[in-house]
Amino acid sequence: MTVGLFIPCYVDQFYPNAGIATLQLLEKLGVNVVYPENQTCCGQPMANSGYEHLTGKCDELFVDNFSSFDYIVAPSGSCTLHVKEHLHAHQYPEKAKHIRSHIYELVEFLTDVLKVDKLPARFPHKVGVHQSCHGQRGLKLSQMTELVEPFFSKPLQLLNMVEGIELVPLDRTDECCGFGGTFCVAEEAVSVKMGKDRVADHIRHGAEYITGADMSCLMHMEGILRREKSNVKVLHIAEILNAG
Amino acid sequence: MNSEQKEHAGLAETFNKDEDRVNWHDETLWWIRQKRDKSAHNIPEWETLRNTASAIKNHVLSNLHNYLVEFEANAKANGIIVHWAANAQEHNQIVHGILKEHGITQMVKSKSMLTEECHLNEYLAQQGVDVIDSDLGERIVQLAKEPPSHIVLPCIHKKKEEIGEIFHENLGTPAGVSDPQVLTETARQHLRETFLTRKVALTGVNFAIAETGDFVVCTNEGNADMGAHLSDVHIACMGIEKLIPKRRHLAIFLRLLTRSATGQPITTYSSHFRKPRPGQQMHLVLVDNGRSTQLGRPDFRNSLKCIRCGACMNTCPVYRRSGGHSYHSAIAGPIGSILAPNLDMRQYADLPFASTLCGSCSNVCPVKIDIHDQLYKWRQVIVKEGYGNKAKGVGLKVMNWTLSSPGAYHTAGKLGRAVMRIAPFAVNNPLNPWYKHREMPQAPKESFGEWYKKNRK
Amino acid sequence: MNSREQILAKVAANQSATLSLPADVTFTPDGDVLETFKAVALAVGSKLFEVNQVSEIPGMITEQFPFAKRIVSPLPEMAVIAETDLAGINDPHTLKDVDLAILQPHFAVAENSAAWITEDRMGQRIVPFICQHLAIIVPVQDIVATMHQAYERIANADYGFGGFIAGPSKTADIEQSLVLGAHGPRSMTIFLVR
Repeated sequence: MTVGLFIPCYVDQFYPNAGIATLQLLEKLGVNVVYPENQTCCGQPMANSGYEHLTGKCDELFVDNFSSFDYIVAPSGSCTLHVKEHLHAHQYPEKAKHIRSHIYELVEFLTDVLKVDKLPARFPHKVGVHQSCHGQRGLKLSQMTELVEPFFSKPLQLLNMVEGIELVPLDRTDECCGFGGTFCVAEEAVSVKMGKDRVADHIRHGAEYITGADMSCLMHMEGILRREKSNVKVLHIAEILNAG
Repeated sequence: MNSEQKEHAGLAETFNKDEDRVNWHDETLWWIRQKRDKSAHNIPEWETLRNTASAIKNHVLSNLHNYLVEFEANAKANGIIVHWAANAQEHNQIVHGILKEHGITQMVKSKSMLTEECHLNEYLAQQGVDVIDSDLGERIVQLAKEPPSHIVLPCIHKKKEEIGEIFHENLGTPAGVSDPQVLTETARQHLRETFLTRKVALTGVNFAIAETGDFVVCTNEGNADMGAHLSDVHIACMGIEKLIPKRRHLAIFLRLLTRSATGQPITTYSSHFRKPRPGQQMHLVLVDNGRSTQLGRPDFRNSLKCIRCGACMNTCPVYRRSGGHSYHSAIAGPIGSILAPNLDMRQYADLPFASTLCGSCSNVCPVKIDIHDQLYKWRQVIVKEGYGNKAKGVGLKVMNWTLSSPGAYHTAGKLGRAVMRIAPFAVNNPLNPWYKHREMPQAPKESFGEWYKKNRK
Repeated sequence: MNSREQILAKVAANQSATLSLPADVTFTPDGDVLETFKAVALAVGSKLFEVNQVSEIPGMITEQFPFAKRIVSPLPEMAVIAETDLAGINDPHTLKDVDLAILQPHFAVAENSAAWITEDRMGQRIVPFICQHLAIIVPVQDIVATMHQAYERIANADYGFGGFIAGPSKTADIEQSLVLGAHGPRSMTIFLVR
């Protein structure tokens, strides 16, 4: 099995450690991983702003880079969901279809494809889990509080395999942090308020780290934490699952 | 509406100047969302009810022509006078026409979001007709000369001290009184007098049944019934999408409606009006006002399934932190943001963008409208039709060009990170909206791609 | 074309191909119907009394509502304490000073404590709304589990006006503080007849 590693643009540029942890973790689990170097972005920032019709070139580039792999894995629920729902290529519809049905966010790849049941990870800290909306409600990485359905959580399933970790409870387990792509600048006031409230919930419950499967939400919350001069840090879930 | 263009982001920013109030507003609505959760989780078949309600409504929308004809025939046979209004203006004229015919200049009205949508009160005021809203929340915002900020909780944005002040000025309560019990009692006395003296009462409609010609009005206060049963003329106004096929389908909708809205098992009153009382006239106004247009938009038609429970507002993290008035439309929140652009794409172009697309709205919706997907789709339509934000458009086109070319992307990335390290003031300044209340990410020396080249090749 | 024709034509042109109506669903929850009814009734602010016979009720009413000057009821059993000739009233406004109305709905629903009543059992349509206090009589065998069973029971009944009533009138419009007695009755008393 060969996996094409998709590292979203902002992770590539700002959070290389999340990418490195993803790569090392997959390798540790015996997966053959290739990182196509001409990759850029899934096109989501444009599409969510109403410019889906302009993302043709981005989509074609994505298809060129990734259509030859058995699976495509990305450490981002949001980008994965975008590709799953919106990747189209006029010239190669079959290739685009293959990608749409074989792209996985890292957590679901570990639980659903690799069926990981133990991890050699150790992270002796108090951790709050942020459920990013696109991962949770879009990819269904965990049950949503709105629905009358049985509980499950793929991120928790993995985090519970980590030695020494203490997961803190939250008052609002799946409220949006307010990042929302271009929303974070277009609706700056509400975005920041949502982020402050989310961060406060984690701090109130004693978290030392906030983790999640989407670096974009964590980037937004990190910006707020640092402005508030808080000691609480953000880490991508791959960095915890790969720790120790 | 004012001639100046109102935008959600700016109105929300103003709302956020008072953070304590934002916290209070957020927590009040979150509490209602929690009551809804508790109530829904008590019903093991909840998701089946939602699926069924959704399927019934989809069926109705696909057969609406025949159901309208069937409903009209039954209502007429029951002695109801049926009117058809193509738009808000015709609706208002019909209501005024009925009032004129009876020589009436005063009317009592219970909650009807449709009449808000049609701006009936303003219209009738211009014709010299005095309308008194009888729902307590609506009466409060009416006295405050404001529109409702929520479809189920019209004055959820007002603190009791502010309501006390309004009552002091308008209803003569002593200054400083803000006890909800006392204020409600004052409104009860004041409105009882209104009910007893008005000859015409207008109500909204929650559901109309094609099979029998019944129309159902749900209230907790009893105001619709007090108005209707004491009046000589009862006018009920409904959007054409309110139909359901059979009376027994009400079981599903009434089980879902208030549990979704406030967590209550049912409203105090679920009144089934079918025939006028002897000597009474009963009018029913069927209103289109853009609904048939929305029906013709396949991506958006199922927004017409809405039963106006307000659950999407209570759960919306943006609504809770921006307030209903920031949506500058009769219906606020997520559902308002997918309904309003159908009525006026230019005026409401900002609303589909007033969301993080988190999807919680679609999950609480009792009739399973895919609200957040429609928000995404409206964004595409609005940009294509040329109503998008122009400045944002230029930035995104540049971004798209960069991201479509690996060479440009790598150069821009390297350059950007270098600028952030060497000259952080270039991005850390007030012109950058991110930086106003957030630090920028710390730019690493090398990107993942650069690291990969060194370490894996 | 008038508006009616215009709207109908546009609807016909714009509606999708017909989607099928889903099969009827009905649910019967676990748990005792009477106990559920009582718990929900108390939760929505109603008061409950259990009696063995309807004849006990007038005495209890006199005890519970000593202040009630004008009591109305279409039920002949209440004639000792109430005006019972309501059908003859021409102007509903004359009921504005009713302190207490006593009615017997057709049945009640356990899941939400709502009672179904049609106008033939109200005396006048306004009665259950204009009275300051409302009392209803519900034989325990007339309680159904959910709204599904309720509408099975209502079926195609021919009425001019009917409604479900669940508890006293209320509002929470001021800061979500629950206040009983908005525009309708300030209290709801349910006499359960065993």
